[in-house]
Amino acid sequence: MRRFAQLFVQLDRTTSTLAKRDAMAAYLLDASAADAAWSVYILGGGKLKRTATSTEMRTALAEETGFAAWLIDDCYAQVGDLAETIALMLPDRDDADENAPLRDWMETHLPSLRALASPERVARLRQWWDHLAKDELFLVNKLLTGSLRVGVSQRLVIQAVAEAYALPADLVAHRLGGEWAPSVQGFEALTAPEGVDEDSERPYPFFLASPLERDVSELGEPGAWQAEWKWDGIRAQLIRGHGGCFLWSRGNELLEGRFPEIEQAAMALPDGCALDGEVMAWMADSATPLPFTALQKRINKRTPSARLVSEVPVRFVAYDLLKENGEDLRQQPLYQRRARLEVMLEGADATLGLSEILPATDWADLEAIRTESRARQTEGLMLKRLDAPYRVGRKRGDWWKWKIDPYTVDCVLLYAQPGHGRRSGLFTDYTFGAWDDGRLVPVAKAYSGLDEAEIATLDRWIRANTVERFGPVRSVTPTHVFELAFEAIQLSGRHKSGVALRFPRILRWRTDLSIDDAEHLTDLRQLATG
Amino acid sequence: MDTDLLQPRQEGLYCPAGDFFIDPMWPVARAVLTHAHGDHARAGSALYHVSEAGRPLFRERLGADANLVEHAYGEPFQVGDTTVSLHPAGHVLGSAQIRIEIPGKVAVVSGDYKRDLDPTCARFTPVPCDIFVTESTFGLPIYRWPPMDRVITDLLVWWDECAARQVPAVLFCYALGKAQRLLAELALRTDRTVHLHGAMLRLVEVYRQAGIAMVPTVSVGESPRGRDFAGELILAPPSAAGSPWMKRFAQASMGFASGWMQVRGARRRRGYDRGFVVSDHADWNGLVRSAQDSGASRIYVTHGDGEALIRYLREAGHDARPLSSLGDAAPRPRMSEEGD
Repeated sequence: MRRFAQLFVQLDRTTSTLAKRDAMAAYLLDASAADAAWSVYILGGGKLKRTATSTEMRTALAEETGFAAWLIDDCYAQVGDLAETIALMLPDRDDADENAPLRDWMETHLPSLRALASPERVARLRQWWDHLAKDELFLVNKLLTGSLRVGVSQRLVIQAVAEAYALPADLVAHRLGGEWAPSVQGFEALTAPEGVDEDSERPYPFFLASPLERDVSELGEPGAWQAEWKWDGIRAQLIRGHGGCFLWSRGNELLEGRFPEIEQAAMALPDGCALDGEVMAWMADSATPLPFTALQKRINKRTPSARLVSEVPVRFVAYDLLKENGEDLRQQPLYQRRARLEVMLEGADATLGLSEILPATDWADLEAIRTESRARQTEGLMLKRLDAPYRVGRKRGDWWKWKIDPYTVDCVLLYAQPGHGRRSGLFTDYTFGAWDDGRLVPVAKAYSGLDEAEIATLDRWIRANTVERFGPVRSVTPTHVFELAFEAIQLSGRHKSGVALRFPRILRWRTDLSIDDAEHLTDLRQLATG
Repeated sequence: MDTDLLQPRQEGLYCPAGDFFIDPMWPVARAVLTHAHGDHARAGSALYHVSEAGRPLFRERLGADANLVEHAYGEPFQVGDTTVSLHPAGHVLGSAQIRIEIPGKVAVVSGDYKRDLDPTCARFTPVPCDIFVTESTFGLPIYRWPPMDRVITDLLVWWDECAARQVPAVLFCYALGKAQRLLAELALRTDRTVHLHGAMLRLVEVYRQAGIAMVPTVSVGESPRGRDFAGELILAPPSAAGSPWMKRFAQASMGFASGWMQVRGARRRRGYDRGFVVSDHADWNGLVRSAQDSGASRIYVTHGDGEALIRYLREAGHDARPLSSLGDAAPRPRMSEEGD
């Protein structure tokens, strides 16, 4: 654990991605295969199933320090991270003697909490804390509570592995795709020389589109581009191999059993193919999909009931073919991949649909089509360069998402609470309200959209204008109006306001408006009912 | 009544019995100053009582014409109906706690203070009193300062790493107090030369003339154009971060020396590579210990964020209150720049 803690400190102490990559590469070559495997897993954003609750950790901290619960809460509100709060409040151990390897912590120590009753778990935590130096103590707490977040992306971890073992990054990414398991064998498979039997059930890294921020005419000839709807579903790869079918989400999660109708239909596809597309909720006889809120009912059901399947049927809308007969097609131009995809899906079940190509001879046609996006339950258009390969990750230039302009609404700041991580100790999580019968009712929470200076100004204002406190949450005198953007609005029985906004964020601080200018809920409800 | 001795007013903390203000925001007839930071020492008042040790800094801040009356630490003097004396606060050179006595009652206004040793100023001495007014900048138990020795070791290791990587090490810190403390602490361990941003030159010179031993320093501004600062340590005020002045330090590793660096998110938010926990304010233990050491029957806590300290002291059996409870004056604006 000490060596991994040193790596963490190294990563935490630089903002240079190159330095981070090199530090990780050096660690991977230095650590045992088991520790290296776990570090790849953890740094890539993986985490253990939670083994202790935050209440148990707070209890252990209160017992260990003698501080009252309210003081621990105050400290947590300032730090914004429970693991760090604990490390800061406990006395430093100069005599720390705990140095079990990372693997032992991940495979034995931390999971051992699960078998314990709550009081024993608290006692075990305190016992660990007594023997850990500050950095390791922080890390153990982080591993207990969630992911590390040390400014390292999975992409960077992949580059570090590639660097350390002289492998192409794409290959490492592919090997890491799917449910890669952090083990000695997993690490050996990850770092094996090129050419050794590549697993045919795993997804390729997804190619991600970038938002189109300039005028579409700057993309040149429209004939060089393929236009499709931007579907508002779950991005996924559908793979046929080893006599079965595998549906993978973008988060590298195997969606096994969740969408049985897709898996069943996919068995008609030839072995050794991989399709990129979107899982959509879609009634069989409808021209347009169901809204995302319908799909949400399916997302969290590991095994949907027959009734749910009939109420919210799903289909796979395919838009790319990445592999056919085991052959990697990603370097071929899009128009060729698309042609092969169309041949493959000819006569297929409607559950395996093709993402329609939108006809356009000039940009004006497409702009006109784009205005129908909302009515068709899509987020706008996708523009893909016809002669481009299927790239890895978010590479600008070949795939653009040309989203429709969001809805906007002016709302009043009602509540604020401190943020986390980089924004700890600052009031950055806001709740906004709209008028309802002479009262301001919360309608949306938003965390992003203000710049650092605005956040600092607002933070000071919130501290000086707090009306009431509810734990970390403060209510403020309704004063400031903000313009919020959101993608969609639905009626909702679960929200006090009766409406649910999708992706709300702050567009700008409307210092020119007073709270009387803010939106009325009746108008929002009308928007939701269309 | 405590209000005979102290009343928060718009201009600052007022002592009716002595008819003077402590660290007034605006010009007044009589001021007693705790220290020379810009949010405490403001020009324009008719008369200032200041510590002898702080004289050169107060001159620097208040101008050659300011009417300064200097007092040695511990020396009593009459102001109105009160007997006043100044006692070391350990915050910066010449910083003072202000002891105010009327028959039967003693108040001590701590000003900004710290308990740790600092080679640039006299160490804080507890002053017994009935009323103790304490700051609470770092009034949460997450703020416990590491030993300075360890911080300086970290700083030297960082400097060496930067030298090995052939990049400059730019350390941001406040120009009055923190910079000189770091230079003096470094002098106990090394004699390497440190480069200074122009805004620090005068104040470093003032400290040198006051006899504070520091490592050799040179001005960045006097270096020839295009000089390579790889491997050098450069001190600069936080306001220089992101300014065009920084362009000359290509690839620099950037650090910030401040008590706020105790919290990881505070450092990451500002985008510094390294945070060095060095503060000229008392940490949590220092605040609690000072309240206890004062023996005061009533403790007033300044600053808006002192709620936790007040509640903690009350639960420990002290009569602690927010300073604002002494009156209803508007709170002083928070000074973020020099307030660490």
